[in-house]
Amino acid sequence: MSLDPRRATAVQLAAAYRSGEVTALATTTALLDAIEHEEAHLSAWLHLRRDAALGEASAADARFTAARGNTAALAALPPLLGVPIALKDLVNLEGTPTTSGSKILEGYISPYDATIAARLRAAGAVILGKTNMDEFAMGSSTEFSAYKRTTNPWDLDRIPGGSSGGSAAAVAAFQAPLSIGTDTGGSIRQPASLTGIVGMKPTYGRVSRYGIVAFASSLDQVGPFARTAQDAALLLHAIGGRDTHDATSSAEPLPAELLALPSGDAAATALKGRRFALPKEYFVAGMEPGVERAVRAAVASLEAAGATIEEVSLPTTEHALATYYIVAPAEASANLARYDGIRYGASKHGGGDLLQGYLETRGRGFGPEVRRRIMLGTYALSAGYYDAYYVKAQQVRTLIARDFDRVWAAGFDAIVAPTSPQVAWRFGAKMSDPVSMYLADACTIPANMAGLPGVSIPCGLSEGLPVGAQLIGRPWSESQLLGIASGFEAITATAEWRSVEPTALARAANGGAA
Amino acid sequence: MSGKVASGGSVRSAVIGIEIHVQLRTATKMFCPCAIPTDADEPNSRTCPTCLGLPGALPTPNRAAIEKVIAVGAAIGAKTPSTTRWDRKNYFYPDLPKGYQISQLDLPLAEHGSIEVTTSAGVGSVRIRRAHLEEDTARLRHERAGDGSRASLIDYNRSGVALLEIVTEPDLRDAETSRRYAEELRLLLRTIGAADAEMENGQMRVEANVSLRDSEEAPFGTRVEVKNMNSFRSVERAIAFEIARQNELLDAGGSVTQETRGWDDTSETTYTMRAKEDSHDYRYFPEPDLPPLAISDAWIAEIRARLPELPAARRARYVADLGLTAYDAGVLVGEPRAASLFEAARAAQPALDAKLLANWVAGEYLRAANEGAGEPEPKQFAALVAAVGAGEINGATGKALFAELCAGPLDIRAVITERGLAQISDDGALEAIAAETLAASPQALADWRAGKQQALGFLVGQAMKASKGRGNPARLGEIMRRLLDAQ
Repeated sequence: MSLDPRRATAVQLAAAYRSGEVTALATTTALLDAIEHEEAHLSAWLHLRRDAALGEASAADARFTAARGNTAALAALPPLLGVPIALKDLVNLEGTPTTSGSKILEGYISPYDATIAARLRAAGAVILGKTNMDEFAMGSSTEFSAYKRTTNPWDLDRIPGGSSGGSAAAVAAFQAPLSIGTDTGGSIRQPASLTGIVGMKPTYGRVSRYGIVAFASSLDQVGPFARTAQDAALLLHAIGGRDTHDATSSAEPLPAELLALPSGDAAATALKGRRFALPKEYFVAGMEPGVERAVRAAVASLEAAGATIEEVSLPTTEHALATYYIVAPAEASANLARYDGIRYGASKHGGGDLLQGYLETRGRGFGPEVRRRIMLGTYALSAGYYDAYYVKAQQVRTLIARDFDRVWAAGFDAIVAPTSPQVAWRFGAKMSDPVSMYLADACTIPANMAGLPGVSIPCGLSEGLPVGAQLIGRPWSESQLLGIASGFEAITATAEWRSVEPTALARAANGGAA
Repeated sequence: MSGKVASGGSVRSAVIGIEIHVQLRTATKMFCPCAIPTDADEPNSRTCPTCLGLPGALPTPNRAAIEKVIAVGAAIGAKTPSTTRWDRKNYFYPDLPKGYQISQLDLPLAEHGSIEVTTSAGVGSVRIRRAHLEEDTARLRHERAGDGSRASLIDYNRSGVALLEIVTEPDLRDAETSRRYAEELRLLLRTIGAADAEMENGQMRVEANVSLRDSEEAPFGTRVEVKNMNSFRSVERAIAFEIARQNELLDAGGSVTQETRGWDDTSETTYTMRAKEDSHDYRYFPEPDLPPLAISDAWIAEIRARLPELPAARRARYVADLGLTAYDAGVLVGEPRAASLFEAARAAQPALDAKLLANWVAGEYLRAANEGAGEPEPKQFAALVAAVGAGEINGATGKALFAELCAGPLDIRAVITERGLAQISDDGALEAIAAETLAASPQALADWRAGKQQALGFLVGQAMKASKGRGNPARLGEIMRRLLDAQ
């Protein structure tokens, strides 16, 4: 039985490359072909690097060939060598377009590599291309992309979540085993939840932000999408760690356990004696019953595996959303000021009137959600409002972090909660009501405000659509969180919902009933 | 100089505050590893994603720049905060690539210092409110293309260069003190190695806020910001002009408009650059890309310990311990390279007459240095001055040797011996030379007899020539006079 290149995990590919069972070139070709075949229906990609990716795959194969037969040489090869990966289109990759989902960056070719792009290149990963996203990562459905509307492979009439919707959809649709997303208020975890995959937002400072187009600097974190916890851990290990180009990146050492995450029985056994906190405020009004059922069932299976669950209160949770919508737009209003039409991207300057050039460039170059947030943030920072909004929001942020500190002080290993109160919604359902879209991130935003790591893992289905459970941990506990996620995969390996795969995309692409 | 302005019968007081931007002397820019550009660099050749403000690029602080500002703070007796932080100052302009400038608002690296300034009226102190770090902007060049169309070009080489902004309290009352303050600050910055502060190269930019009021007790009047002063002389003239202009305006029953005015060096007037628009809201907020920076007492102490002797202390020491005049001390200390040669020469020959040495440094050395001569080796320079002081060689020989010493290595002692440069002070030898000169110059003798006094000078000159420049000129003069009188 040979390895299916589309369904293979990074861990499986790594082993198969080393044994010579498959090549990186064949895998990459199969994935690129599938992407090109399905793109009209999935619309996950903004830029494909077909030739470059095939070149990288061949180079990886050459290294495997050279090392074959020499155990030490094979072991010395990086774990992601030859493994295909997708980058959210806000990761700068030298010589490649970077649009951040915006018209204002149309035609912009990055002259430099983001630190994580350089690290992935150094690790020998095969970079397939850049994926669709909400413009400047502002949105929860990827509908705010200026370029295309990415669908959810589980139901092509539904959104994949956002803002990293393209990266999530590509992994969920078996177009890549791994992808990169960014999470400012839930933009990795929420689409992971809505597409039924694993998505982690690491601790703030764990992964370098150098070369990542900024949305909100104090909240943005880069993280992995994968279909298994082990794969996510491998990717995090490849991109994480101190970077001297990012003053906010931490010197905290990257745990080696990420490279050898337990799985199967070992992971399941490790759940025994774990203490989980269940925050009552996360089971919010408006939560879909099917989502709550799936999350509570996941909690029950953890308990059955020997973990203990206790309800806790995080009283500031209800303020997190409002606070976030001060801090994030404020930082964004400054971060996006550089898109002024002077040097790159779309420009409407030239009439001689500088102000008119700014107004036209930015008024036409930015989409509605970005304009809304720039206005929100500019207002919050304005003289006379700064103390009431920005300063107050930062104070509340401290209180949110203290809520979590109390949980860790009480000895809990992690918090278990829903990732999203809803499953994937239909296109357009929230477009006319921004606040209802903002509420979709109510369960993910607190971890960003406190800088904590969080991971969304598939935990069941509701009306045939994926539901995600979220694990939030103390700072720098990514390997523990992913270890727990791996344990959960082990204890639910035979659950009926695990056997269900998204088929809508394949049906549509093969001309079946759409 | 008095701060009072009398005109048309009214007497008003001027209030001046000065804001100075200085380029710090660092190897690299403030937030990226780019080298500091020179005028010879091609436009946009000293840039990287960070100083170009490209999407995704991030700043990383330059520790050397921070240390220099802590050193400035220590030198002006300022308070250094235990934590400093960076703030974003938001505004749109084509020379500002990120749409915000990284600066410092609430926690500047230095606060509440002062500088002692000496003017014709005496010694006074100017309080410094704050000094903070920020990044420079790009440079705009407005050009007309061949087809007559106008274009604005942007050179990002200067974008991100570390700037120190130093703001005084409104303590200054007249133009002279303002100029002296700027000069003294420049000297201090150069002495501690924080900046080169060459005004003509734009490394130091002075702006003055000038207002008038009816008396020292009255509330401040409407202020005018004066810019474009490209030399210390311009600073003094521009402020004096602005005080007079405002005074005349008020005398005529008019009022001062709040605005920014530029100084025009040619017409020696200020002109309106821009009327004060509604005060700009820069929407400052803490820079989230840079964590706050803790500054330990130990770090400050270490930087303070490395500070050299400061100008005010050095001047006082030269006057009190070395007996120099306040003027000579001022000249020496005013030029760090002069002070450094003076110190090194004294270290080589501690017994050397300090006044003579000061004269040589302030005179010959500075003149030669300003003409682009090389630096004399201090030990040999000390030997040279000592030889002149002891009368071993005469001044003319000393100056000739000094020129050689500036051009390259020279062993003064050996050269005096080898070339036989020792001054001839022996009366017998000098008398022989003088007699010989006189005998060979019958016309000069005739002139002397006809009452032409200048014949003596001619004869002494001829005698000096005959001595190959080695004669003691004073002695030779006396001897020649005696010989002439005896004729």
